[in-house]
Amino acid sequence: MKLIVPLQSVVQGRNGFLLGSLIPCALFYFLQLYLKRRRSNSSNSSNNNNNPSSPSSSSPTPVLPRSSSRSNLSSRGSISRVRVSKLASILSKPDDSLYYIGLDRVLQDPYHVFVNPNGIIQLGLSDNKLCLDLIEKWLVKNLEGSVMGNGDMNLSINGIVPYQPFDGLNELKIALADFMHQVMGGSVEFDPSNMVLTSGATPAIEILSFCLADQGNAFLVPTPFYPGFDRDVRWRPGIDLIPVHCRSTDNFNLNITALEQAFSQARKRGVKVRGILISNPSNPVGNILTPDMLFSLLDFAEDKNIHIIADEVFAGSTYGSEEFVSIAEVLDSEYIDKSRVHIIYGLSKDLSIAGFRVGLIYSHNKTVLDAAKKMSRFATISAPTQRLVTSMLSDKRFIQEYIETNRNRIRRVHDEFVDCLTKLGIKCAKSSAGMFCWADMSGLIKPYSEKGELELWEKFMSVAKINITPGSACHCIEPGWFRICFTTISFEEIPLVIERIRKVVETCKSSS
Amino acid sequence: MGIEIEQNHPSVELSSIATSETHGENSPYFAGWKAYDEDPYHEITNPSGVIQMGLAENQVSFDLLEKYLEENSKASTWGKGGTSFRENALFQDYHGLKSFRKAMASFMEKIRGNKAKFDYERIVLTAGATAANELLTFILANPGDALLVPTPYYPGFDRDLRWRTGVNIVPIHCDSSNNFQITVEALETAYKNAESMNMKVKAVLITNPSNPLGISIQRSVLEDILDFVTRKNIHLVSDEIYSGSVFSSHEFISVAEILESRQYKDAERVHIVYSLSKDLGLPGFRVGTIYSYNDKVVTTARRMSSFTLISSQTQHLLASMLSDESFTDNYIKINRERLRKRYEMIIEGLKSAGIECLKGNAGLFCWMNMSPMLENDTREGELKLWNEILNEVKLNISPGCSCHCSEP
Repeated sequence: MKLIVPLQSVVQGRNGFLLGSLIPCALFYFLQLYLKRRRSNSSNSSNNNNNPSSPSSSSPTPVLPRSSSRSNLSSRGSISRVRVSKLASILSKPDDSLYYIGLDRVLQDPYHVFVNPNGIIQLGLSDNKLCLDLIEKWLVKNLEGSVMGNGDMNLSINGIVPYQPFDGLNELKIALADFMHQVMGGSVEFDPSNMVLTSGATPAIEILSFCLADQGNAFLVPTPFYPGFDRDVRWRPGIDLIPVHCRSTDNFNLNITALEQAFSQARKRGVKVRGILISNPSNPVGNILTPDMLFSLLDFAEDKNIHIIADEVFAGSTYGSEEFVSIAEVLDSEYIDKSRVHIIYGLSKDLSIAGFRVGLIYSHNKTVLDAAKKMSRFATISAPTQRLVTSMLSDKRFIQEYIETNRNRIRRVHDEFVDCLTKLGIKCAKSSAGMFCWADMSGLIKPYSEKGELELWEKFMSVAKINITPGSACHCIEPGWFRICFTTISFEEIPLVIERIRKVVETCKSSS
Repeated sequence: MGIEIEQNHPSVELSSIATSETHGENSPYFAGWKAYDEDPYHEITNPSGVIQMGLAENQVSFDLLEKYLEENSKASTWGKGGTSFRENALFQDYHGLKSFRKAMASFMEKIRGNKAKFDYERIVLTAGATAANELLTFILANPGDALLVPTPYYPGFDRDLRWRTGVNIVPIHCDSSNNFQITVEALETAYKNAESMNMKVKAVLITNPSNPLGISIQRSVLEDILDFVTRKNIHLVSDEIYSGSVFSSHEFISVAEILESRQYKDAERVHIVYSLSKDLGLPGFRVGTIYSYNDKVVTTARRMSSFTLISSQTQHLLASMLSDESFTDNYIKINRERLRKRYEMIIEGLKSAGIECLKGNAGLFCWMNMSPMLENDTREGELKLWNEILNEVKLNISPGCSCHCSEP
């Protein structure tokens, strides 16, 4: 741009201004713009190729290490600018949800009692490690027979190797129906023919979303909610999630008035609400919906002619005095249009086998089942795993022992943990199930805002070295709440975690 | 339950995806399967049932697999020590087990006679190639865009590439005049075709070796296709799930080899799909992969693979199996031999019955020319013949129209 000025002095006179200054100026301007753009394009691409090593703190996406094919790519001058889809462009950006960022930070510096005692303790993933010893024992005793089959079970290679029905083996559906019946209190029967099995509850939610709503439609979701829903429902199905805010004054319980308001506001904006997505027991709060509330929900859905998706993956992880009631049970006793209610379930939480990828959709709606069955082709459970899990679930004595022991251990850890937190001055929301407590740290944040919450989260991460999930990642409307999972540590490790939390609590108190 | 009251519920609506026919499963390809399901052939109990010849499943080398699994069932345990089991049971990281990815990479290299290298960090795992193809489509194209696919093609593509993605397939017409090879003219025509329908073309998707033709694509044609996609600045997806089922190992050329010979110039537009369902005969295990030379695609595909993860147990088991060099070398060799023998047997048999086939060199099927037997040289004529074969001869085979072949 500095070149423009001298030109004016070169050509004189009125016309000269135009010929001598304006036009050349304009030409120069555009030339420089063009050069700048070319330079920034090639420098951007070469930057991408030359910075493959450790990810910076603001971009937690792990960058691929150099390999022979990559080094060849960067050495070429021609950088292909072939485009990816809009969806891919969005997905490829570094994650901005603290839920996922937190998980990444733990991966970079994971706590290990011997190898890395100063690492970050994972309290942000609702995995259940409390009863892995039981599973391990069972597997060691039964694995060889359960996959290949021993004489009396007749599970030859032909049973697991060729193409199997994509929506799951019938034996597994029957075993799962039985397990669900047991784990949900024994008062409702599940029909295996109403099931479609999927590789985990995650694809089950996505598939249901594809079946129940079109791109641009929306589901109502009570907050705070599981951060994964944003991915499962929004990404590929393109369905929006409209938050229905719940408050601490209600212990974050759902209320129908809030639902009504959210629904009519959406309608005013021209957004078509196709369903309500709830998790029951709820993640991250851990409360259970009462039968009354379930009835109210059904009435609401009936009135608006929309669907209900009930994610019941934590049904077996109850520890409180309240009994879990599945929405299926309420359907049984009330004459209501069953075709609008769909349940998601899986074995990752209640049976601790998240790695095996076992999930399901349960619905009375034949059209949904039909469509979901076709879609399960994209998310089928591996056949040998289906056989293994069927064996495990059919071992009645083991399952009985597991369910009881699991509940007891969760209760023990939960009660101790909440007790210790209370002693630190941190209250938790009243919860009866799940693998986490929903802790009120609003007294420790300054300012009382999402920014304050973020700063506290960072303190926990870098000072206390624990990963907990901030309420903002769960779309909680009140700042300062955090989800702390307690099933990823042992009972003996609780004092260590509490000690680390205490450090931060004291830092906050002293600075206020 | 109390008094039953007749109520008129306004039935709750479903999505257009759920109620559409875009999954393509009403084609004769799938109808044939239904017929088989209802009346399956069995040597002893149902000798007059329908023989399934419409499903590309490899059962010729079951015995080898059976022997391995029986001798190595310990491979599916997790060895001693609590840590390794715990990690395995909870392990649901979308990166996938490292040992498994390494084993897959080296297996893929082996199948290509070590003529191409594969970096295990570029492997994204999916539950089957079906999911891999759909995932790639979500990543490379927007709803309404087009993928160019040579005809005849695998009927499942109608569902995998179009159904939930909203992307269109525009056919690249190939015909018997040159043994159904893909030509540059056909590519250009397809491209213009898409443009005239106001669709943006985002990629070309080829199956190499081809299903249903059963031939591997020649080097010169692959070069032409690569040049074409580079010219148009679009992607190339090469579905190579039958690469291990080529009867003679030196006849198959993967796009990976060509990229290597070009020092990976413009490789960022190329993605390979692979699976163990055909080459290793393990479709029940649901193991597929995407191999991409494009970092953004790898990262994005990984994240999206959360919806289609492979069980950690399976990954562990297969990591052992695929790293067992003596097993894999032996399997690949014997499998090829047996496929070749069977192919020759069937071709001979068909020839003596007066039916010519396309000269193939791969796959689990042959592409028969039954046009001389058609009453009418039309789609209806073809379907009529197909119906007779299904209902009277009791053979489920797939008619060309279900593969979108332009010649009846």
